[in-house]
Amino acid sequence: MNSPPPAALLECREVHKSFGPRTPALAGVSLAVSAGGLNALIGPDGAGKTTLMRLICGLLTAERGTVRVLGFDPVRAAQRIQERVSYMPQKFGLYEDLTVRENLDLYADLHGVSAAQRAQRYPQLLHMTDLRRFEGRLAGRLSGGMKQKLGLACTLVSSPQLLLLDEPTVGVDPLSRRELWQIVHHLVRDEGLTVLMSTAYLDEAERADRVIVLQSGRVLAEGAPQGITRLAAGRTFKLTPAAPESARTLQARLLASSTVIDAVPDAGAVRCVCAQPDGAAPAGSTPVAPRFEDGFMVLLRQRSVPEALTDILLAHPPAAASGAVIEVRDLVKRFGAFTAVDRVSFTVGRGEIFGLLGPNGAGKTTTFRMLCGLLAPSGGVLRVGGLDVARAGDAARGQLGYVAQKFSLYGPLTARENLEFFASAYGLRGAARRARIDWAMRQFELLEARGAAADLPGGFKQRLAMAAALLHEPRILFLDEPTSGADPLARRAFWRRISALADQGVTVVVTTHFMQEAEYCDHIVIMDAGRVLAQGTPAQVRALAPRHGLVEPTMEDAFIAVVERARAAEAAAPAAPAGAA
Amino acid sequence: MLTSIARVAALARKELLAVLKDRRALLSLLVPVLAQTLVFGYAASYDLNQVPYVLWSRDSGEAATALIARFDGTGIFRRVATVARERDMRAAIDERRALLAIGIPPDFSRRLAAGRPAEVQLIADGRNSNTASTALGYAQAVISSFNAHWRAAHGEPGPPARLTERAWYNPNLLSRWDMVPGLIGTLTLLQTMLLAAMSVAREREQGTFDQLLVTPIRPAEIMAGKALPAMLIGIAQATGVLLVAQLWFRIPFEGSFAVLYGGLLLFVLAAVGIGLVLSALSYTMQQAMLYSFVLLMPFTLLSGLTTPIANMPRVLQYFTRMNPLRYAIDIAQRVYLEGAGVRLLLPDLWPLALIAVVTLSAASWMFRHRLQ
Repeated sequence: MNSPPPAALLECREVHKSFGPRTPALAGVSLAVSAGGLNALIGPDGAGKTTLMRLICGLLTAERGTVRVLGFDPVRAAQRIQERVSYMPQKFGLYEDLTVRENLDLYADLHGVSAAQRAQRYPQLLHMTDLRRFEGRLAGRLSGGMKQKLGLACTLVSSPQLLLLDEPTVGVDPLSRRELWQIVHHLVRDEGLTVLMSTAYLDEAERADRVIVLQSGRVLAEGAPQGITRLAAGRTFKLTPAAPESARTLQARLLASSTVIDAVPDAGAVRCVCAQPDGAAPAGSTPVAPRFEDGFMVLLRQRSVPEALTDILLAHPPAAASGAVIEVRDLVKRFGAFTAVDRVSFTVGRGEIFGLLGPNGAGKTTTFRMLCGLLAPSGGVLRVGGLDVARAGDAARGQLGYVAQKFSLYGPLTARENLEFFASAYGLRGAARRARIDWAMRQFELLEARGAAADLPGGFKQRLAMAAALLHEPRILFLDEPTSGADPLARRAFWRRISALADQGVTVVVTTHFMQEAEYCDHIVIMDAGRVLAQGTPAQVRALAPRHGLVEPTMEDAFIAVVERARAAEAAAPAAPAGAA
Repeated sequence: MLTSIARVAALARKELLAVLKDRRALLSLLVPVLAQTLVFGYAASYDLNQVPYVLWSRDSGEAATALIARFDGTGIFRRVATVARERDMRAAIDERRALLAIGIPPDFSRRLAAGRPAEVQLIADGRNSNTASTALGYAQAVISSFNAHWRAAHGEPGPPARLTERAWYNPNLLSRWDMVPGLIGTLTLLQTMLLAAMSVAREREQGTFDQLLVTPIRPAEIMAGKALPAMLIGIAQATGVLLVAQLWFRIPFEGSFAVLYGGLLLFVLAAVGIGLVLSALSYTMQQAMLYSFVLLMPFTLLSGLTTPIANMPRVLQYFTRMNPLRYAIDIAQRVYLEGAGVRLLLPDLWPLALIAVVTLSAASWMFRHRLQ
C-alpha cells in the first residue's frame, strides 16, 4: 500500500515454495520489512505463514525467487543469519528436564555467547520475563505462559537483530499473553529490535506497526493496520437484541443475511459489518467505529467467495428437560497434597453454552476431565445428564460428545474411516450408521477431504473432530479449547455451528483462552488456582471490570481484573479461605 | 453383547487399517521375520560341516594310513597341514588354522598288527568349548567305526556290546530341524508383544485415548480390540515362518496344523497379555518399547532354543516357567517333528493359558485403575 521502505532489513521477491504435488504453500510472495518496528503476519490456517518464517531463517529453501535477510541469502550465508536472526517456532524446543537457568545456558552455549555477554544479558532477560524467581525450576514444571517467556528469553540470548516469532501467544491465557506483549513491545521500542510475528489474534495484529496479510500463499495486503481498519469504514454497526432474543440468535440471524459480512457478539450486543459501505444498515442499529478485525473480514471477503455455511440440523434433538443437565456441587480434586479443584459449584441447563475460563493451571482442564468421566473426583457431587458419569459407565458416556484439545483423530485413517470407527464405538450399526456418517460428511463439509486425517488442514481436522463427537447425537457436548490455533474465519464457522446446536437443545461445555469467545456463552465461570472466582452471564462478569470513562470494558479486561484481584487477596491473607464470588 | 462385539470389531478394524495402510509398517512386520528365518535357518546351526585339522603322524604303516583315509573320507574333516614336529602342530592350533590335531605315534600300526591296543591322540581347541566337543565327538565316531572295521577285517570278534544309534524325529540330527520350528515362536514374540504394548501408549501420546474412554466402549472391550489385531499379525508371522520351514528348508511336518495353531493362539494371547501389561505401565511409546526389549532378551535366552533349560541354574529354571516362549518353542518343535497331540502337549498348554489369563486380567485391572 505504501511505497517500499528504504533499506529493507528483510526482502522477499517472488518467492515460491511447495511441498509435494499439492497447492503451493507460497505462490509468489514479495514483501519488504524495514529495520525497527513490529510486523505482524496474519492470515487463515495454511496461508503459508510458518513456511515463510522458515524460509527467512534458512530452514527451507525457496524453489523460485529470492530471500534477502540483512543483505544475505539465508541458505548460503546460514552462519551469518544464525548469528543475527532468532526464530521461535510454535513449539519452542525447551528442555523440560533442565532448569530455567540451564536452558538459558544451553542456548547461550549453542550461540557462542561469551561469559561477559551473559553476565550482562541474563539479568536483563530474567528481569524482563520475570523469571528470576524461577531460575532453578525445571522448565517442564513451568506454566504454559512461563514456558513461552522462557522460550523467548532463550531466543534472545544471542542479541539478534531480527526476531521471528511464530504464533507465540497460541494457547496462552490472557494474563500471560499480556505479559508477552509487554516484553515484545519493550524489545521493539527500547532495544530497537525488528520483530516479525505471526498471530491468530487480530487484536494483536492491530497493535503492530505493520501488518502483512497472507492468504493461500500470496500477500493479500501489506501496510499499517489502520489502512486495513479503514476498509470497514462506514460499514460497522452495533445492534442490541430485543428482550426475548439473545445476542447469539441475533448474530445468527444477521449472518444469514446477504448484506452482512460478519457479525460477532460483543458485550451483550452484536457488532456487524455490512457488505456495502453506507448502504442499508440493519434496522435498529447504531454506527460504531471500525476495528482492525472488521477491516480484515472485509479484506478476506473481497478476495474469496464466502463459505456457504448451512446451519447444522439434528435429526433427533435432545428432548426438553426440566432442571439442570449438569450439576456440580463442591467438586474437589486432589492430587496428593495438591488441590487442583477446590469446592467448585455450578449448574448448566439444557441448550446452554457454558464456558470454563481461566489462566493456565487454573484447574479448568481437571474440572473438564471430571465432567467427561476421565477423572474421578476426590469429593463433591457431579451429575451429568442426571447420572454419575464416573459410576454410571457406558450408558452415561453414550449421551456425551467430546472434542479433545488436539482434535484426537486417528492419523493414518481417512475422514470417513475415522467417522466409521466412532460411529461403531457409539453403537451405531447398519443403515443408521451409514445415514449418520453421510449426515456428518455433509454437515461438516468433509466430502472433499482426501487422504489420511493426519495430513488434513487444521480447519478440516477441527470439523472432523466435531463430526465424530456428534455422530451419536449427544445431549451434551464437551469441547476442550476447540478454537486454539484456529484462524478467525474457522472460529466464526465453529461458533455458528455450536450456536445452532445449542438452539436445538444440545448442552455445550467449552473451555477457551479467547476471551472474546466467552461472549458466545450463556454462562461463564472464571477459575484460578482451582477455585471459581466469578460466574454468571457474560454481561454480569464483564461488569466486574473497572470502567474507564465511556469505553465498555471487554471480557478480557474483566478476566484480568478478576484474576488479579483474587491473587492480590490471596497474597494479602494466605490463610483465609477465599469464598467463591 | 452384540453391540459389545461390534465395538470390539470396530476397534480391531481400525487398528488393522492403521497397519495395513502404512506400507512401510506392513513390510516391517513381514520382511524381517522371513529374512530372519532364512538367516537363522542357515547360520544358527550346531552341525560342523568343516573341521580343519592338522595331522602329526609318525607312522606310515597300513593301519595309520587307513585311519587317516577314514578321516579324510568323511567330508567333514579337512586336513589343513601335515606336520612332522609337535611344535608345528601346536602352532597350527594356536593360530586357529586347525580346530583339531590328530597325533599318531610311531608304533601305531605295529601294535595293531600285533593285536595289541594302540593310542591315537586327539587335541581340540577348547577356546570354543561347544565346537570342540562336537568336533571330538565326530572324531570319536570315526575312530570307533575304524575299530569295528579293523576287527571284522582281521577276523577278530566284535566288542561284547554294540551301540545302535537311532535319533527319532530327526534321524540325521540336523540342528536346522529343531532350530527352524523353534523360530516360529521366537520371531513372533517380539512384534506381537510390541504391537500390543505400543497400541495403547500410542493413543495416550496422541491424545486419542481420552477420546476412546469417553465413548461407551468398556475397558475390557478396548483390550480385546487391541489384542485381536496383534494376535492376528502374530499368527500371520508364525505362518510365514512355517511356510519357509516347509517350502524352503523342506523340513517334514509330522503333526496336525490344528494342534499347532491352537498352541500358537494361546502363545500369542499370552504375548499380547504381557504387551498390554507393559502398555498399561507406560505413558509413552518410548517406554513401551523399552520395556518390551528389556523383557525380550531374557525371554529369548532362557527359552531353551539355544541352551537346554535343564542345564540352567535352578532359580532360572523357575523363571523359564513364566516365559511363554519356552512353551511355544516346545509346542512348535514337538508338533512339527514328533507330531505330538494335545494330550502330550498339555504341560505346555495350560501354563500358556495361565499366563494369558493372569496378564490379561492384570492389564484390564490396571487400565481401570489408572483412570483415577
